[in-house]
Amino acid sequence: MTSSTMVLDDRDMGTPAREGAPVTLTIDGFEVVVPAGTSVMRAAAEAGLSVPKLCATDSVAAFGSCRLCVVEIEGRRGTPASCTTPVAEGMVVRTQSDKVRRIRKGVMELYISDHPLDCLTCSANGDCELQDMAGAVGLRDVRYKPGENHYDPSATGARSQAEARLRMPEGEANPRYIRKDESNPYFTYDPSKCIVCSRCVRACEEVQGTFALTIEGRGFDSRVKAGAGADDFFASDCVSCGACVQACPTATLKEKSVVEFGTPTRSVVTTCAYCGVGCSFKAELNGDQLVRMVPYKNGKANRGHSCVKGRFAYGYANHKDRILNPMIRDRVDEPWREVSWEEAITFAADRMRGLQEKYGQKSIGVITSSRCTNEETFLVQKLARAVFGNNNTDTCARVCHSPTGYGLGQTFGTSAGTQDFDSVEHTDVVIVIGANPTDGHPVFASRLKKRLRAGAKLIVIDPRRIDLVRSPHIKAAHHLALRPGTNVAVVTAMAHVIVTEGLFDEAFIRERCDWDEFQHYAEFAADPQHSPEATELLTGVPAAELRAAARLFATGGNGAIYYGLGVTEHSQGSTTVMGIANLAMLTGNIGRKGVGVNPLRGQNNVQGSCDMGSFPHELPGYRHVKLPEVRAIFEKAWGVPIDPEPGLRIPNMLDAAVDGTFKGLYCQGEDILQSDPDTKHVAAGLAAMECVIVHDLFLNETANYAHVFLPGSTFLEKDGTFTNAERRINRVREVMAPRTGYADWEVTQLLANAMGAGWTYTHPSQVMAEIAATTPSFAGVTYELLDEKGSVQWPCNEKAPEGTPLMHIDGFVRGKGRFIVTDYVATDERTGARFPLLLTTGRILSQYNVGAQTRRTQNVLWHEEDRLEIHPHDAEVRGIKEGDWVKLASRSGETTLRAKLTDRVSPGVVYTTFHHPDTQANVITTDYSDWATNCPEYKVTAVQVGLSNGPSEWQESYAAQAERARRILPPAAE
Amino acid sequence: MSPEKMVHMANQIATFFRTQPGDDQADRIASHFKDFWEPRMREQLLDYVAHGGAGLDELVLKATKRL
Repeated sequence: MTSSTMVLDDRDMGTPAREGAPVTLTIDGFEVVVPAGTSVMRAAAEAGLSVPKLCATDSVAAFGSCRLCVVEIEGRRGTPASCTTPVAEGMVVRTQSDKVRRIRKGVMELYISDHPLDCLTCSANGDCELQDMAGAVGLRDVRYKPGENHYDPSATGARSQAEARLRMPEGEANPRYIRKDESNPYFTYDPSKCIVCSRCVRACEEVQGTFALTIEGRGFDSRVKAGAGADDFFASDCVSCGACVQACPTATLKEKSVVEFGTPTRSVVTTCAYCGVGCSFKAELNGDQLVRMVPYKNGKANRGHSCVKGRFAYGYANHKDRILNPMIRDRVDEPWREVSWEEAITFAADRMRGLQEKYGQKSIGVITSSRCTNEETFLVQKLARAVFGNNNTDTCARVCHSPTGYGLGQTFGTSAGTQDFDSVEHTDVVIVIGANPTDGHPVFASRLKKRLRAGAKLIVIDPRRIDLVRSPHIKAAHHLALRPGTNVAVVTAMAHVIVTEGLFDEAFIRERCDWDEFQHYAEFAADPQHSPEATELLTGVPAAELRAAARLFATGGNGAIYYGLGVTEHSQGSTTVMGIANLAMLTGNIGRKGVGVNPLRGQNNVQGSCDMGSFPHELPGYRHVKLPEVRAIFEKAWGVPIDPEPGLRIPNMLDAAVDGTFKGLYCQGEDILQSDPDTKHVAAGLAAMECVIVHDLFLNETANYAHVFLPGSTFLEKDGTFTNAERRINRVREVMAPRTGYADWEVTQLLANAMGAGWTYTHPSQVMAEIAATTPSFAGVTYELLDEKGSVQWPCNEKAPEGTPLMHIDGFVRGKGRFIVTDYVATDERTGARFPLLLTTGRILSQYNVGAQTRRTQNVLWHEEDRLEIHPHDAEVRGIKEGDWVKLASRSGETTLRAKLTDRVSPGVVYTTFHHPDTQANVITTDYSDWATNCPEYKVTAVQVGLSNGPSEWQESYAAQAERARRILPPAAE
Repeated sequence: MSPEKMVHMANQIATFFRTQPGDDQADRIASHFKDFWEPRMREQLLDYVAHGGAGLDELVLKATKRL
């Protein structure tokens, strides 16, 4: 790299860091102090002395195979490998001597004897550790005569490429030569370049935990192999996380983008814009050409790992569908007209003000984006509150984690996960409930699996047999395959076991929680009607299994609960969140490493958008708009009065639109028509509005009903911050100029100013300064601090100047933790003769939510359509075979998709993903919602499934409407 | 919103608070309405109650007197 922005020291230290008592040793005359258990190789690296190495890299345990890293140690015989030799007190090490130099040179000579020397045209040229090591050991000659090798016969030799071509032996095949495997869309595997260091195999096992790779053959025949038999990379179990590519020291595993664009020359640290894990990446570029994304080792969420989306699925940024010019139209049945920014903004501002004059101040609102930065989100809610003069602001967290906000707010006093991701390394028993981390939060899943392989126990509570239940070297101790909609009954039954068997942590509860409330709760939980035996018929979970799981959680050491939308997206979503909080308090699993309540957030900035006051009832920092002292802070900062009444939530906005009192919407980076439930109702609401402004990268489904389209910028094109599921505030850095001319925060400012706001921000850091000045949990956050520390977790203020990795250490934010009675109430969404099956929904690894981004990348190769998972028994009685088109109908609507027969779902339950707009999964979902927050009940819909001939009438009319709505007039002749 | 939907939502809130200890359930339901329901929604609810409030949980009816 010739230049880098904010890359802190991320050298490869050779072997992983260790924790232990300090040990002092001498290496090449320098005194070094390192933790016990550290390798000599790492100790040398700490001292700035690098020992040559090939098979060692600090993401995986030392292997000791290449023998390049040999050293001499006083008082020890021979030349031990520094990677596998732990330090000892007083040890004296020499990394350079005639003896080790001779050995290293000999080792390199052997490696090079079977390595094609097409270095100048090799894709790893300039980025090859084999090349570097040949230099470092001073290899000047290879004495071996040509012999058996693995070369491509058309490209052998140490001569020039052209000469090699000329001398190419015609018609001579090399039986050992294996062709490049190009089956993966993002990287190639070239066996002829392989030095069999096993780094890829070990990365796949240790870092990713998929075990897709192995070394096939023995001795000279050894080569890396993906999967088994005739598998290539694509057909194997490989999940394309890229850990192997990153680990490879040669060109054997290489990003296709590097093959195409060459070695990157500059690097910028930034944050992934997919899921709530919030991985840090180095964006590596040539000029403004992004060459590759490499997970950043100093990223505290991901520790150098990534998934297929973050590392590879960025191609949407340059996809031809991207809209780069603002567009307007008077009516949604007209084609779009491309106009200047000024014309579009004036058109939008005039319409919105006009609506307020005609229909009242509260007739318009905003939806902030959980995909955009904190700064952008803050400005959009400020637009509603300070410029529109109302609290009509909401965000997509409404439809995912709003029950987390309510539930954890009520029990603990703040709406946030209690831990950092590192905490999982200290956990002994993990409950995963209503989450599918290997697909939804893959990098966290890899970290969890690593801990499980080291001995931690796992309890999965999910209607479906998710991958974590059984995958290589992982087996859940208990899988409670409950009926969708019975979370509260299961969680309360676990509490019943813990209370009645005396397994609760009385000391913790007495000290940390409200004892009276606990006693009332204990009495409630102990009621025999909540016992596993009494609820078994309802939940479908065998009582003995549930009892065993509850006992394990209560007695197995550090217990941590991780949950997702399978908890929140129910009529009783908020109640289940409270039930989970109850379980953590009952067992004393709060306030230290390895424990806690951990909501796995869906989108990259769901946490941040909630923190930033996107909800209609609360200002930034989760403070209710009714509180005059809070309003006063913002009234002073913004110079306008703040409405003390809560505004409309997304479903309420749509209801009000249908009623004719809500007329205008500015929707940034969210596709409510595809993502929100009961599509027909959403469409009716949007159609009833007179000004819908969509601010997005693509003409999404919502834009079919829009009057103004403002083109958005990707995360690569702007500065700002994202806050991940562990409350970690990470910097997003502009790695290339916005393709539309403006970053999203600038567009919001243009709109606000056209409506008379008079904002004068020139950089997002000024927005962060305003957030810090008004929001106590962000008081200490500045861009300078983020640059210095890499990231911080809120609260970050005077009390915690470097942030807060673990919450509620000495006491709950609200004071005493509150036990809340969680009575099970069956959802009104019931199966019956017409709709006998329960539909539940989820995500898949390669696609992301509505798919607007991932569908515009090669990730479609893994998942080109949504399928309906149905149990073979349910399929058989309906005459459905694998791959058949089936009609899926509920009381809301019907759609068609193809069936996939699997026993992952229990009889009576069907499952689908919602990544493709053609599927229209949300035509099926209903308007039922969480009692406290209106979070839709996506996870339970009573449906019927039957054979079908093709798309439903709705799908056809929808597709036709969408096609009409997406017409863009050709530019007028000059 | 449709009266059926409003009644369903309001009754869901009552159903939760009914299970909670104490004798201030109606107050807590009223607070929930004030904290989370936009004035238009509360007006619609009050209007509905004024017209008989058919189908509403008695705790909701009690709570609306405190709005």
